[in-house]
Amino acid sequence: MTTVRAAQTAAATDWRTVIRIGLLGGFVALYLCLVGIVEVFQPRALVANFITLGETSMVLAAVAPVFLVLRGKQIKPRRAVAIGAVVGAITGAFPAALVIISASINLRAMFLHASPVTTEVLTFGLGVAGVWVPIVGLAAVGALTALLLTAPASIQRPVTDALLALLLIGLFAGLLRPPLLASTVTAGLGRLLLADNGMTVIGAIVTVLVVVGGRIGIRRIGMRSRVDTLPPERKRVVRPVSLVALVLLVLWLPHGVGPFFAQVVAVVALYVLMGLGLNITLGLAGLLDLGFVAFFAVGAYTVGLLTSTAEYGIAQWPFWAAVPFAVIIAMMFGAFFGLPILGIRGDYLAIATLGFGEIIRILAGSDLLKPWLGGPQGIINIPKPIEVSPDNWLAGPVQIYYIALVAAVIVALVAIRLRASRIGRAWIAIREDEDVAEALGINLVQTKLLAYMIGAAFAGLGGAIFAGLLGSIFASSVTLFVSINVASLIIIGGMGSIPGVVVGAIFLIGIPEAFREFSEYRFLFYGIALIAMMRFRPEGLLPSKIIRRDLHAMHEELEANGLDEEQAPAGAAG
Amino acid sequence: MALLEVTKITKRFGGLNAVRELSFSVEPGAIVSVIGPNGAGKTTFFNCIAGFYRPEEGQIVFDGTTIKGLRRDQIAHLGISRTYQNIRLFANMTALENIMVGEHHRLHGTWLGAILNTAKVRAEELANADEARRLLEFVGLKGKGDVLADKLPYGAQRRLEIGRALANQPKLLLLDEPTAGMNPAETAQMTAFIRSLRDELGITILLIEHQMRVVMGISERITVLDYGEKIAEGTAREIQTNAKVIEAYLGTGGAAEVPDLPDDRRPETSPSVS
Repeated sequence: MTTVRAAQTAAATDWRTVIRIGLLGGFVALYLCLVGIVEVFQPRALVANFITLGETSMVLAAVAPVFLVLRGKQIKPRRAVAIGAVVGAITGAFPAALVIISASINLRAMFLHASPVTTEVLTFGLGVAGVWVPIVGLAAVGALTALLLTAPASIQRPVTDALLALLLIGLFAGLLRPPLLASTVTAGLGRLLLADNGMTVIGAIVTVLVVVGGRIGIRRIGMRSRVDTLPPERKRVVRPVSLVALVLLVLWLPHGVGPFFAQVVAVVALYVLMGLGLNITLGLAGLLDLGFVAFFAVGAYTVGLLTSTAEYGIAQWPFWAAVPFAVIIAMMFGAFFGLPILGIRGDYLAIATLGFGEIIRILAGSDLLKPWLGGPQGIINIPKPIEVSPDNWLAGPVQIYYIALVAAVIVALVAIRLRASRIGRAWIAIREDEDVAEALGINLVQTKLLAYMIGAAFAGLGGAIFAGLLGSIFASSVTLFVSINVASLIIIGGMGSIPGVVVGAIFLIGIPEAFREFSEYRFLFYGIALIAMMRFRPEGLLPSKIIRRDLHAMHEELEANGLDEEQAPAGAAG
Repeated sequence: MALLEVTKITKRFGGLNAVRELSFSVEPGAIVSVIGPNGAGKTTFFNCIAGFYRPEEGQIVFDGTTIKGLRRDQIAHLGISRTYQNIRLFANMTALENIMVGEHHRLHGTWLGAILNTAKVRAEELANADEARRLLEFVGLKGKGDVLADKLPYGAQRRLEIGRALANQPKLLLLDEPTAGMNPAETAQMTAFIRSLRDELGITILLIEHQMRVVMGISERITVLDYGEKIAEGTAREIQTNAKVIEAYLGTGGAAEVPDLPDDRRPETSPSVS
């Protein structure tokens, strides 16, 4: 008797969770409608004439809660499908309610995007008569998601991969099309698979077939294990070959992706450079510097002043003569700013450096310095680093890409060398325990100042290259967001990790630049990405081993301490 | 001439005199202990010597130099190294790197040299790592160089911390409860190890201890603190029979002999440095 009641209670609480998470999904769906993501993303297709990004956003709003409900649970498929359908229907009920309400009341005074267009998307063009569409549609999506989640791994894996591949290729169709069309050999293939907007239906089918087939093929052949079981001398061949392929891909990139994306990859490379620079200050010495833009500005304005052939130029030097000065002056500013804040620790340091960044930004745009820096009009006519004719292969952003890439490699090398040196050890010691480090004979003033100066030098180099990229420098280019971008990309990528910086820059700089038509939502996605990262993967996408261990060891340690509290060494006392 | 000469230092925290008019000296080559009940001011006294606190009054002279008011790194340069009551290793560095940080100020590699990876820097790094490995072996951690410090067992962490302090080539080593949290066998091992530091390396040792047995076994002189003041000083035998000491440890009317106190892990009452 009691067991039956217990089972009923368990089932009841289970449904309560289902409804709660369904409501959560509903709020997210409603939010996506009201902020206009559905409407603005509607013109962009994922698969041409089949599904748009606006519709995709609604589908994802139903998939995510179903995933949350069913994650890690052993439930019979029939029950799981029922749960999925309920969650989907509850999620869909919110947009449906929006359809009804916006038909009778004009919400647009407050919610600009509660528009007929949104209604049309939500009801497949049926208007109020189609109010059932989001409910039934998302219930179906929920049920299918549940079916997929309860399917055996041999089906689940390939289908999930295929769907992810569809999403990625559909999103980046615009990026993939130009290189395919550029060559006559691949142009036909490109037209067959990719439409002007998203991919073609054939492309989608091919993608699914390739991914599923590839998945099964890999399992059959066991590619990975084959590489693993290769004799060592053969393995030594595999590594350099894949490395060379990677290097060639990186070198080819700006030519392949067309002029617009060449600019994007150049900016990404620039941020990789700055991310690596900040990684020395933040990743090694643990000094959270949010005023990075100050040194970026110093570098950019130094190059501007020394090279510009227009009004505010003072020397009309060639670009390359000015770069070393930009770096050295940025470094001097690093020392100058570093001195007063040496004694400040942790969060307080972040606030203080934030202040420095703002001071420089405001000074750059101020009337006070207008006679020298040009105020909001800035400095124009900064020469290109390499002067070539417009049809040369090095023209435009392509040369900036290569310059930033070379600079990034140098910074990475410097970072690696310093990490392995006496100075690098002193930085890490300071990060770990400042008091103990000093008691071991490390001069905190010198060592911290050096970390600031080297970080500042690379920010200055970034600024100098940026000035060369734009050919001009304005006060509006040196905003707080430069600092925030650089700090965020390190956090997203994984602190202290060089590949992490590259991934972070692609993720935070490259993707938003590539989707400039949705730039309104840039910071919405930023926020979501940062919150999700901190919640689910605080060590970053590609963390350095140590930090990953650090964050994940905490749970184990807590448990271990609970067991042998008696013998555990004294905690943080003293 | 004494290696360390402390003259009437007073350290206050608000109205509390954590250390009051304390005079104290250590002869070169000695092993000297400071004992006292919890909150007696032992760690505060250590922190004054190592430059973590600056005493309001009094004078501290080490090896002919006044060190009161110097920065911690300057004091380390003069030849004072220390360990901590609650082990403070650099948890995310390997055992070897921890020791190499200790060697920091004896090296000369500059940042530019490191970036350019000059032959001189490379040679220095190699010699440095070799010496660190020797020290690791000396503290009984041979082959553990690549283990992250906080993955080492507790006793090994204690020894690594001493190894890191030794990397500085100190004249005076301050050990803050080196046997805290150890069982009798480990304690005996650590006691022998401390004695070997003096006998083999000739380092003068100043020791804070809670466990009487450790102190009695190895110290030539013992100073007893209570409420920040020195209440007794002398050899182990003299201290054991001193009425004031017995009173401080056991209260009035205590037993005639001071027993081994349980290793009470209650933190010191002095506020933390950070």
